[in-house]
Amino acid sequence: MMKGYRNHPLWYAYLLHRVSGLVLVLFLPFHFYVLSLALTKPDKLNGFLHWTEIPVVKFAEFGLVFLLAVHLLGGLRLLVLELLPWSANQKAMAAVATAGAFLISGTFLLNAV
Amino acid sequence: MATETDKMIVKVWRGEKNSGAYETFSVPKKENQTVLDVVTWIQQNLDPNLSYRFACRVGMCGSCAMMVNNTPRWTCRTHVKKVLRGDMLEIAPLRNLPPIKDLVVDMDPFFDKWVAAGGHHAPSASRYDQMPQIQSTEPERAEANKAIECINCAVCYAACDTVTHNENYLGPAALQRAWTLVNDQKVKDRGAILDTISAKGGCHNCHSQGSCTLHCPNGLDPMRSIAGLKAESIKRSLKGN
Amino acid sequence: MDLRLYIAQRLSAIVMIPLVFGHIGVMIYAIQGGLSADEILSRTQGSIFWFLFYGLFVVAVSVHGAIGLRTIISEVLKLREIFLDLIMWSFGLVSIFLGARAVSAVTWI
Repeated sequence: MMKGYRNHPLWYAYLLHRVSGLVLVLFLPFHFYVLSLALTKPDKLNGFLHWTEIPVVKFAEFGLVFLLAVHLLGGLRLLVLELLPWSANQKAMAAVATAGAFLISGTFLLNAV
Repeated sequence: MATETDKMIVKVWRGEKNSGAYETFSVPKKENQTVLDVVTWIQQNLDPNLSYRFACRVGMCGSCAMMVNNTPRWTCRTHVKKVLRGDMLEIAPLRNLPPIKDLVVDMDPFFDKWVAAGGHHAPSASRYDQMPQIQSTEPERAEANKAIECINCAVCYAACDTVTHNENYLGPAALQRAWTLVNDQKVKDRGAILDTISAKGGCHNCHSQGSCTLHCPNGLDPMRSIAGLKAESIKRSLKGN
Repeated sequence: MDLRLYIAQRLSAIVMIPLVFGHIGVMIYAIQGGLSADEILSRTQGSIFWFLFYGLFVVAVSVHGAIGLRTIISEVLKLREIFLDLIMWSFGLVSIFLGARAVSAVTWI
């Protein structure tokens, strides 16, 4: 358990936002490349999509959807914090963002299996 | 039950400038004891060479701020019983500021940034002009009043990871000060302050981690002030200034 | 991060709010019954709507991601301004290029 000045909910919200953003931005070029195979090598695309059948990949997709959803919802919290009149319930909003992300990505996972 | 002979293990950072190490002391526990009491006891009874700062010792001046178990606190306002981990306590100088010796840090960068953010009040009128009648209930004044009780203890500065990773970042205290000025009718050029805090080390670097607000011993909210600055800077840029 | 980068990042974020919700919705729909190239392409090819939707998404995410990446690199590696700009622009332009290829692959006939 991390001790000290960082060990509080809003700091973890920051960490989650940063890590999710980083993973997503590094995933992006790969994602674009795979989709562009539809143009040049449609068989390769189909072959690649075959991989999405296996459970590990489905779980990874679930992870990506979670990261995207939590980054979006957490980002919404930040936009509200910065642009709208101040409200003091930052921790509650961070909790809602995380819960919402689980809800969304859970829906995805259940539809994927 | 604590008796006079019960001891605790206190690790204190010793060193000069950038080199040093933790030194371990055995300190008697007392019924009522602050971390400042502990540091003072060590210096008076075990090692007169221990350097540390304090002044009022009653939680008004902010001089005794140090890292206690990796959390920045006013040591005179921190009861040992609240922070003791088993029988151990760890005391170190404030983060994010250059160490001078032992528990003493150089506060210059903190104050330099205070001034750089526009902390120096440049008035819009002279003593010969009519003084503007400002009610404390006016929205701008109410916002400023929430943030003016800062006594520059640097606890928020020590708690902020953006300060750690971005040497240009002005930091929560300096930016909160700028916010009070931006809300002050008596300031000559509020636009200039917004420009200053919108530049490279300015408010837009804040990631809203909230460690500043969480640890401020005066209960201030720099995160809120910085969010206010962000909004004001956008309004200003939309107006085309 | 200064005012201009900040505005670009927040603006691209706002643009993407409906796009991300839409994209996740599409993914939840599409994942049902498994993925296949034919299935995907039959929905997207020749569609002006998806062309515009994902075209806009590519531009916005490239801007947003490039600036975000720049921020993380500047705080972790502490490179000089000029290298940060270089990385940001390189990533952004490569992302737009690859994304444009992906969008055209999926929406053009």
